Amino acid sequence: MRFLLVEDNDALAASVADRLRLDGHAVDRAATLGAAADCLRATGYDLILLDIMLPDGDGRDFLQAHRAARRDTPVIVTTARAAVAERIDMLDLGADDYLTKPFDFAELEARCRAVLRRRGGAAQTVQTFPGFTFDPLTATLTIDGEPRELRNRELRLLEVLLAAPERIFSKSQLCDRLFSFAEPVTDNAIEVYVGRLRKKLEGSGARIETLRGVGYRLLLA
Amino acid sequence: MRAVHAALALIAALMLGTAARAFDMEEDHVFPAATAQVAQLSILSTTDTAVFGPLIAAYQARHPGVAVRYTVASSQQIYLAVTAAAAPGYDVVISSAMDLQMKLANDGYARAHALPPGVALPGWAQWQDRLFAFAQEPVVVLLSRAALKGLALPHTRRDLIALLRDDPDRFRGRVGTYDVRASGTGYLFATQEARQSDSFWRLAEVMGTLAPRLYTSSADMIADLKSGALVLATNVIGSYAAPQFPPGSDGQIVELQDLTLTLLRTAFIPRTAQRPDLGGGFIDFLLGPEGYRLILASGLPPIGGAAFSDAPHLRPIRLDPGLLVYLDRLKRQNFLEEWTAALVRH
Amino acid sequence: MRSAALSLRQRLMLQLLVIAAVLAVLLYLTVRTVAGRAAEATQDGILGAATIAIAEQLRGSEAGVSVDIPYSAFSILGSISEDRIFYRIDVAGQTLTGYDDLPLPPKPPQGQAPVYYTSDYKQAEVRISAVSRPVLVANRVEPVLVMVGQTRLGQAAIAAQVAKVAAGLGIGFFAIALVLSLVSARSVLRPIDLLAAAVGRRGPRDLRSVEHPTPKELRPLVVSLNGFIARLRAALSRTETFIAEAAHHIRTPLATVRTQTEIALRQSEDEATRRTLRAVIRAVEESSRSAGQLLDHATVIYRAERLADEALDLAGVVRGVTEALRPTAELKDIALRLDAPGPVPVRGDRMLLESAVRNLLDNAVKYSPDDSEIGIAVRAEGARATLRVQDRGRGLGGKAKADLAERFHRGGNVADVVGSGLGLTIVEEVATAHGGSFDLSDREGGGTCALFTLPLR
Repeated sequence: MRFLLVEDNDALAASVADRLRLDGHAVDRAATLGAAADCLRATGYDLILLDIMLPDGDGRDFLQAHRAARRDTPVIVTTARAAVAERIDMLDLGADDYLTKPFDFAELEARCRAVLRRRGGAAQTVQTFPGFTFDPLTATLTIDGEPRELRNRELRLLEVLLAAPERIFSKSQLCDRLFSFAEPVTDNAIEVYVGRLRKKLEGSGARIETLRGVGYRLLLA
Repeated sequence: MRAVHAALALIAALMLGTAARAFDMEEDHVFPAATAQVAQLSILSTTDTAVFGPLIAAYQARHPGVAVRYTVASSQQIYLAVTAAAAPGYDVVISSAMDLQMKLANDGYARAHALPPGVALPGWAQWQDRLFAFAQEPVVVLLSRAALKGLALPHTRRDLIALLRDDPDRFRGRVGTYDVRASGTGYLFATQEARQSDSFWRLAEVMGTLAPRLYTSSADMIADLKSGALVLATNVIGSYAAPQFPPGSDGQIVELQDLTLTLLRTAFIPRTAQRPDLGGGFIDFLLGPEGYRLILASGLPPIGGAAFSDAPHLRPIRLDPGLLVYLDRLKRQNFLEEWTAALVRH
Repeated sequence: MRSAALSLRQRLMLQLLVIAAVLAVLLYLTVRTVAGRAAEATQDGILGAATIAIAEQLRGSEAGVSVDIPYSAFSILGSISEDRIFYRIDVAGQTLTGYDDLPLPPKPPQGQAPVYYTSDYKQAEVRISAVSRPVLVANRVEPVLVMVGQTRLGQAAIAAQVAKVAAGLGIGFFAIALVLSLVSARSVLRPIDLLAAAVGRRGPRDLRSVEHPTPKELRPLVVSLNGFIARLRAALSRTETFIAEAAHHIRTPLATVRTQTEIALRQSEDEATRRTLRAVIRAVEESSRSAGQLLDHATVIYRAERLADEALDLAGVVRGVTEALRPTAELKDIALRLDAPGPVPVRGDRMLLESAVRNLLDNAVKYSPDDSEIGIAVRAEGARATLRVQDRGRGLGGKAKADLAERFHRGGNVADVVGSGLGLTIVEEVATAHGGSFDLSDREGGGTCALFTLPLR
């Protein structure tokens, strides 16, 4: 996906952009509302991550202008102030969602997906692999024309594995991607989801190989 | 003469305030208690025992344990006895000499006594809570019908003066009145009449020309009239005369229409009383409904304001300190001098 | 403290009654004295007239002095009252007639006017009037002294009567004063009562200034009270601003730290390093959550004092929050089952209600196991709007709800989950501010049932 990140704090903007790129997204950064407008004129984005407090104006003004220009790029507002009142304000002004800094990137991605899903598939997200197709937006795996719905953790596990087929992921690496840092998990918790995903992939030719004591890897047909 | 002595003693007492120890009784009765005697009530009175007997009997019927000593004396004797403390132990003092009674009460010889609720006396019949009147008696003129035959009955002092003046011979030596020098009651009647009637002195002058006989009691005058020694007597106590001269008899009782004095018979409890409670009880009894009935039966008119409104010529001698005036030494001296000059000229 | 000082009402009553009592006694004494004097003057006048009437009857001659006491002199004295009468006429120091032991005047009278004096005679107090007249006796002028005395029973009776009336007046005056004092104390203290009632009626968070009309004397009190309220409000407001600013300043770098830590975690292969990095993220998570709830809590306190009073649909509010939380719940494969068949009208502050619902659901999601379901039901039941949130989490762990809703208090069974302990406090405070209630109970078959109610609009 292609993100426009509007954030005046340079360190934060840099790290968020880095983090998003790690997941394979394209990110443009804008430190001011003016820069953001320039970016939007230059190219199209799947999603805008908008900070509220900016040196040359308030996020509210941007939202109003954005909606007034009938641009339908979804906007997720991020703020460090996290007041309920603000959240309601922003949603009323046309923001698609609202996130409080610091945010969990898994949650950001889930919200992005939810927003895009609500928008009705603004981007073509169906990926084709030997033996199956995969639509992360609708969390659907299609094998031999038969769609199989993935649950959230199965979806995210598949995404992680598909991003680097044949690469070996340790249990703890996979846990970090699937579970919130706020909750306690043991590495073995991952086995349940690996088992489920294997079932869903049956018949596609792709399989998840267990490397005892090391981890797992996805082997495509 | 005894009366004259007493009068002199009274004058001496009034003048000097000295105490005369002696005190002459006329009667002294003891009515024994019906049951065992628990107390004795002593009464000192000017009223005859015969008149008061029924009242005492009725009182004793109510209080059977009380013996009653009833002593009769003249009003002067009573005054002397009370002022000199010569009669200690009497619980009630009854007298018709209003002026003396008034002076005794005024000078502090009477005890206060509260009448029971329901018993009330008109203001003129009571002085303070010390002196109580229980009978009102008109002072009347007595005439012999036989001696007056052919002549009109006099109704006023003016009629009386005319009667005496027009026919002096018929009356000479046969008219009687009180000797006011000797009789306290007579003195009271004369002074009150002199004060209230313009005709008093003229009547006195006329009587003085007829060689009047002078008396010290109403009873004596009544007796002499009955015997024919008198044809006319003035200032007689009406209640004494009435039983003696029933209608149709020779004696004619006349209440003069210009003014008829009304004497109040009064009672008080002396300061020296031994049983003031019994004294007070007796006064309450006298003034109560039973006393009223018995007083009426005994021939004494009981106290009642109606008598005065029915008969406007009747005038009570009021129980007030004015009575003291004629007891003044100088006043008395002057009055007696004038009276003597009018009546005792021959 | 209460027993140490008399109440204002008692003070006021006491003072008014003491004044009334003093005035009543003064009234009594004044009436008595004035009436007593008047009665004495009346008696003196009559006595004097009687004395002069007698003196006018004095006659001198060669033989001496004579007097003809007029009957009316004594009769009139007797008509006024039934008092005892005494008299004495002295010629050149010798008693001519009357009571020769009647006390003489302290000073011989001069001129025509009688002198009056009071003396004891015959066991009674006697008021005596004396007048002196020169009389020619045998070519010599002799002074004649006429004295008339009267006991004072009549006057005493009048005095007693007057005393009775005066006492009646005094008591009546006092009784009226008592009633008026009560009325006046009530009326004077009414503004204080009203002010106290107006302040007492306020909710615990109502920090508006007191605008109640009060008498001038109470203005300083109200002004200080309002000053105090304003300072308190300013302090609260500063706290909120401070927390908001602090949150901003803490969270932005935290966000940076967290993001970079996550990047580092992704790139690290060393398990020991990864453990450390995870701990860092966890700490950041905890800090930011605490900051968020502190801010929420400050907002609740601040807003509760001037509660917005909008007409709202509780079902709509819950639906909005549920949708917002759904992606978060999905991360754990938790299903949010919203059961809101119709609008549930309530009145209240949308921000606060949303904050409360959010905290409730947040809590439920946080403590629910993976692959579970959270039931959210909004209903109008009788006069109440109810929100039930039922999860399959760990339950209350034997703790009472009152403890859990206390500030910074957390369940004993949740040490491994990030949380500040303020969430339930916020829910509770929002419920209270709206006249609603909040309760937690263990759910049958495991988990917790949270019940949040509000008065129905």
